[in-house]
Amino acid sequence: MATFAYFPHTDEDIRLMLERIGAGSLDDLYSDVPADCLYKGEYDLPDAMSEQEVRAFFEDLDKKNTKLKVFVGAGAYDHYTPSVVPYLTARSEFLTAYTPYQAEISQGTLRYIFEYQSMICELTGMDISNASMYDGPTAAAEAVRMAIACTKKKPRVLLSKGLLPNVLKVIETYSRFHGTPLGYVELENGRTSLECLKKELAAGDVAGVILPAVNRYGIIEDYTGFAEAVHEAKGIVVEYCDPSALAVIKTPGEWDFDVAVGDGQPLGIPLCYGGPYVGFMACRKDYVRKMPGRIVGQTTDAEGKRCYVLTLQAREQHIRREKATSNICSNESLMALFVTIYASLMGPDGLKKVNCLSYGGAHYLHDELLKTGKFEEVFDAPFLKEFVLKPLIPVDKLQQKLLDGGFFAALQTEEGYVSFCVTEKRTKAEIDALVALVKEV
Amino acid sequence: MSKVLEGLLYSESHEWVKVEGDIAVIGVSDFAQKEMGNITYVDLPDVDDEVEAGEDFGALESVKAASDLISPVSGTVTEVNEALEDEPELINQDAYENWIIKVQMSDKSELDALMDAAAYKNATE
Amino acid sequence: MKYYDKLVFELSKEGRRGFTLPENPYGRCVKELPEGLRRASAPALPQVSEIDVVRHYTNLSQMNFGVDTGFYPLGSCTMKYNPKINEEVANMPGFQALHPLQPACTVPGAQAVYDGMDKALAAITGMAHFTFLPCAGAHGELTGLMIMRQYHMSRGDLKRTKVIVPDSAHGTNPASAAVCGLEVVEVKSNAMGLVDVEALKPLLGDDIAGIMMTNPNTLGLFEKDIREIAALVHECGGLLYYDGANMNPLLGMVRPGDMGFDIMHLNLHKTFSTPHGGGGPGSGPVGVAAHLAQFLPGTVVSGFHGNFGVILRAYAYILMLGKQHIKLAGKFATLAANYVKESLKDCYKLPIPTVCKHEFVYDGLVNDGADKAPDGHGATTLDVAKRLLDFGFHAPTIYFPLLFHQALMIEPTETESKETIDAFIEVMRRIAAEAAEDPMILREAPHNAPIRRPDETTAARQPILKYQDTL
Repeated sequence: MATFAYFPHTDEDIRLMLERIGAGSLDDLYSDVPADCLYKGEYDLPDAMSEQEVRAFFEDLDKKNTKLKVFVGAGAYDHYTPSVVPYLTARSEFLTAYTPYQAEISQGTLRYIFEYQSMICELTGMDISNASMYDGPTAAAEAVRMAIACTKKKPRVLLSKGLLPNVLKVIETYSRFHGTPLGYVELENGRTSLECLKKELAAGDVAGVILPAVNRYGIIEDYTGFAEAVHEAKGIVVEYCDPSALAVIKTPGEWDFDVAVGDGQPLGIPLCYGGPYVGFMACRKDYVRKMPGRIVGQTTDAEGKRCYVLTLQAREQHIRREKATSNICSNESLMALFVTIYASLMGPDGLKKVNCLSYGGAHYLHDELLKTGKFEEVFDAPFLKEFVLKPLIPVDKLQQKLLDGGFFAALQTEEGYVSFCVTEKRTKAEIDALVALVKEV
Repeated sequence: MSKVLEGLLYSESHEWVKVEGDIAVIGVSDFAQKEMGNITYVDLPDVDDEVEAGEDFGALESVKAASDLISPVSGTVTEVNEALEDEPELINQDAYENWIIKVQMSDKSELDALMDAAAYKNATE
Repeated sequence: MKYYDKLVFELSKEGRRGFTLPENPYGRCVKELPEGLRRASAPALPQVSEIDVVRHYTNLSQMNFGVDTGFYPLGSCTMKYNPKINEEVANMPGFQALHPLQPACTVPGAQAVYDGMDKALAAITGMAHFTFLPCAGAHGELTGLMIMRQYHMSRGDLKRTKVIVPDSAHGTNPASAAVCGLEVVEVKSNAMGLVDVEALKPLLGDDIAGIMMTNPNTLGLFEKDIREIAALVHECGGLLYYDGANMNPLLGMVRPGDMGFDIMHLNLHKTFSTPHGGGGPGSGPVGVAAHLAQFLPGTVVSGFHGNFGVILRAYAYILMLGKQHIKLAGKFATLAANYVKESLKDCYKLPIPTVCKHEFVYDGLVNDGADKAPDGHGATTLDVAKRLLDFGFHAPTIYFPLLFHQALMIEPTETESKETIDAFIEVMRRIAAEAAEDPMILREAPHNAPIRRPDETTAARQPILKYQDTL
């Protein structure tokens, strides 16, 4: 038979290999499979394509999507990815490797994960970071379980209602099945209410609370007094943060919180319709044994050379099985490499500029939109790159007008507000064009 | 050959107990220490935690394994050996010198179910 | 491979820049924020130039071994070739630029990818529909178990809180069950390495939510009693979960749906050729039989639409295979595994000699050379694995499954030529001969890798987990 590009077996190879095995045919190798389990029909799949047909197929699909200028965040931020990032992450030594179980030939992966952990600690102000998780919302869901493990007998975890809707949803799904009762901390004037938190804590059953650094309305929260209140009640505080923003806003470490989680996507990872992204989790030293996921550590080899290994593995599922803190196995190693290279390129100064440009653009858009008279301010509160306004015009008309003009903006929230986000990737000219369209609605 | 100390009681899961009045001093046997290899971490309970005979109260970790510590008696933890937090290798150095927890026993009759040194020696040979 | 000993932090010099951003045209910046909300001092990230970054990570990559470097017979991980057209498809600028919350009318191309994959995976597995939210295999297991529980709960059958897992299962199975709030009941394997049906029967009752099975199992053996097991579990009111980690040999041959499974996950990063990326991203879509399809939308286990970029790659692979080549994928994987198994059984112990599927397990060396070692300790499976690295091969999976003490689990996959496999066999023979002659050669291996064996005990006892700890 003619060989296929991915299967190198010639007729002669097959014959020789079967001979060694002592089998008469390829089908003989399935003699242990009961006949009624074998699939005899033709697979309902398209005919095999050539590479150029596959390319044409996807180019066609790609064209069917509308390319839009993105003025929405809500958990996925359209920051610029420097060309060095995809260039280096595409290196096949990184791309086609497995989990670094054989440290001797995986020092590349292990070393960049160690750098990644160092950067996450630097950004969050925490002591220890794991090697990454699936995405931000799942990292938050894992933090719920971690809070319970850290504080033993206390069963309940509180969530700020300011967390992004998709973060709440994933936490709720996980918690429903592992049986963790959840409570909610209400918002007051768009911000997580300390008073409400204290009321909930008074019940004495709270293991931890999850708070957003920047909440669903884009407001940078002021957590003065929060850590004290929760620690007094013997609980831990988990903050859900945007790691890009942490280069300029007060860190979970500075708030005296215990665990930081979030999504690393804003650090150089393309939008790519929602994934792959990378969840991060970092914590205070005291909680490292309860932290899920892989961790890389530094050590020396038999000749005293500095090297890196997966460590503290006895916490993990392949050793602990049902007693492990988590079932997580794969991390998002390659996406952690995106983050590591991005943060190396940007450095402290670059990240600050990214934030200043986003801040400047967002505040410019905010003010220009208010000037149109078609919106009202909802909260007078500090924000960074994302904000909500109350629309005084029909939202569907507004959204359609913007879509027709090539903009994805004015995402409607559950409360009927519209949300906007500006990153450094958006130009002043684009903002002006968007505002001009709004004026026509 | 692993060392078995006279005068202690032993459980099937390789913990030893030294009885001091109502207090049970609990550690792991030399046999257990050898089976684990280099111990890298001892997961300890907190003082005042309740433990139950036959239930785990902590764990020993090595690089590639974890082994639960099973309490031979029921009661309340009165003391934990904090030295093990920083130096888990103490157990490798001397498993009998380095106890893990002390428990105020709630039911001393549970001790009857444990082995003496001779029986334990037999069981691990 | 060479050794390179820098961390990017160590290249840093105050004032260097690795990237140029546009000027700020707004005249406003974060200094306007109230001081109490601002970070006190800038994060100590590296300050390096662009070329520093490029050279540093290029150097790091050269200490890594991937499928593109050489043969990677890592059991249960299906390290098959990762086609390059997949990368090009995933990196098409239009797909990369899509925001996950864009209105449906603007993303018909992305929707077509999901629809096409749903249909293709249904055809390949015999399931009705798939959810693409799970980001990895273990994540898929958890999602599948959530669906299992929802099914029982929706029927008001609340006492089914136990799930049966064979002793040969991947560690993620019991861990996923625990995270899903289920109690794990272990069922033993028989002497042939298969689930013991007689041992299973007494476990089945009205408290059983279902059973998780990997077929072929982690020994690479087809669970040939699967139809009987399915009937028994269904009879007791439970469901069958298929762990798709080992789906590769069944590709084009057997459909889990036809074996009686109700729920399953696939590892797109194993069976469907997407690159492992040094440990992720993966994708673990979960498929269900028609009667469970109603529970798919409610099981929201990740932030947006799953790992779209990985799904794109897998779809490109499936289109390349098409209905023609898919019929050979599993067969060639099985051919390769049996070929290796038969070729080395004189020098490595083969505990289960029957025909295997995509992988099989040796139980260490026939002659470990203990008599030739000064301390009387022969070469172990770990030593064989480390010695393989010296010859430019990745090691097999070692010490798993736990059923054998010196397990060496080999999965060659269908994309390796007879010449590559023969070279591996020859090296394995040479290593066995070395062990018999002088086991110290193995015990001190690797000799040619960028580093020698790392001190893992010190790493765990005195953890250094970030650059800042070394200062």
